[in-house]
Amino acid sequence: MKILTDLWAFLIFPGFVFMAVLGMLVSWIDRKVTARVQYRVGPPLLQPLWDLLKLLGKETVVPRGASRLAFFGAPLIGLAGAVFVGTMVGVAMFFGEGFYGDLIVAIYMLVLPSLAIIMGGIASKNPLASVGASREMKLIVGYELPFILALLVPVIQSGGQLRLTGLLEHQYANGSFAASISGVIALVVVILCMQAKMGLVPFDQAEAETELTGGALIEYSGPALAIYKLTKMLMFYAVPMFVVAVLWGGFGGLTAWGIALGVVKYLVLVVLMTLIRNTNPRLRIEHAVKFFWGVVSVLAVCSVVLAAIGTYLGIEWM
Amino acid sequence: MGVTVKALMKSPWVFHVSAGGCNGCDIEVLDCLTPRFDIERFGAVLVGSVRHADALLVTGAMNRKSAYRLKELYRQAAKPCLVIAIGACACGQGIFRGSYAMVQPLDELLPPGVVTAYIPGCPPKPEAMIAGLG
Repeated sequence: MKILTDLWAFLIFPGFVFMAVLGMLVSWIDRKVTARVQYRVGPPLLQPLWDLLKLLGKETVVPRGASRLAFFGAPLIGLAGAVFVGTMVGVAMFFGEGFYGDLIVAIYMLVLPSLAIIMGGIASKNPLASVGASREMKLIVGYELPFILALLVPVIQSGGQLRLTGLLEHQYANGSFAASISGVIALVVVILCMQAKMGLVPFDQAEAETELTGGALIEYSGPALAIYKLTKMLMFYAVPMFVVAVLWGGFGGLTAWGIALGVVKYLVLVVLMTLIRNTNPRLRIEHAVKFFWGVVSVLAVCSVVLAAIGTYLGIEWM
Repeated sequence: MGVTVKALMKSPWVFHVSAGGCNGCDIEVLDCLTPRFDIERFGAVLVGSVRHADALLVTGAMNRKSAYRLKELYRQAAKPCLVIAIGACACGQGIFRGSYAMVQPLDELLPPGVVTAYIPGCPPKPEAMIAGLG
């Protein structure tokens, strides 16, 4: 029975199907908001679904000399990572279940889609794809440091909790982490890192449509490209949900009011990402790494220090 | 109509090939993306890689240099991929018909039946292109 419920959680709710539906909806919101910002009408509601169906119906061209195993394996690895992290966050938020250290596992799993892009880019034997992959690598090296530092803040504030459920329960009891100064700084840092994790402008150097014409995904077509697009949609669900759960109070105790508030927080994060991506130009890769290792890392260190002092002295607003 | 064809019509990602045109049609193609015409309403997106393309928008009269490249691009595209001839030159070589620099019209160069829409005009209006795409 345990296996059946686990399978249900991974495949239907809150796993793959649930995530895919929500992810498509959110990626439509992203495109629609983008269109409205640019004074356009934007795509219809079912557009992400049609895109995926169309890609699934096309052929996948494997470039001559490419490694078939890595070329087809990479998108699946990315998809698996996105589903895994989304399921973990969903199970923690809806059912209050988890295992010890699942916060750390979630951090690892969040890197998998980016690793998949690197792997696919290198496997496809195209110079532009290789440039895209190398940029993605540099970007990961850049944003992971402040991301993990910022995620230390809730761990410190809750007294060493490494479980998602533990963090959520601590927030249900004592209010969200983002209600303190260190929490707010950590939230800002995490939002910036989230932007890079999702590969959105100003940190979309790996895909860079105008210079690299699709970057690491340049050689992908048909179902393999569909899986990459689907992974991105799933990440549109998983990453902001993870941030809401870890830093911003989650669903506030699974009441109707709490869930509504949680959905609003989630949508705020999504629209914020879209607005950032529409009002900024793409940074050059060295500027992006400098940005993350400079300003953002300093902010993250500040938030960790503040959280440590606040917890040590028992000052709640720090 | 099967799901595949319906989905293809609902989300045609277009790739822009300039095969020796005078740039007039190319600018009109870009017009389709502006807020005034916005082809994303119909699911069409301009993509940068020919592997992602569902429709090649070909402008220009297809001279000796570009004919080879167009054939190569069509070979690289993931099938099913449509080709749409935009402008008088792409439809039937226009005023360059019979010139020493021209090889063949677009639809004779590619396999038969691949060119699915001809949008005449010099240059055609964005409305005409949208009608041809749909």
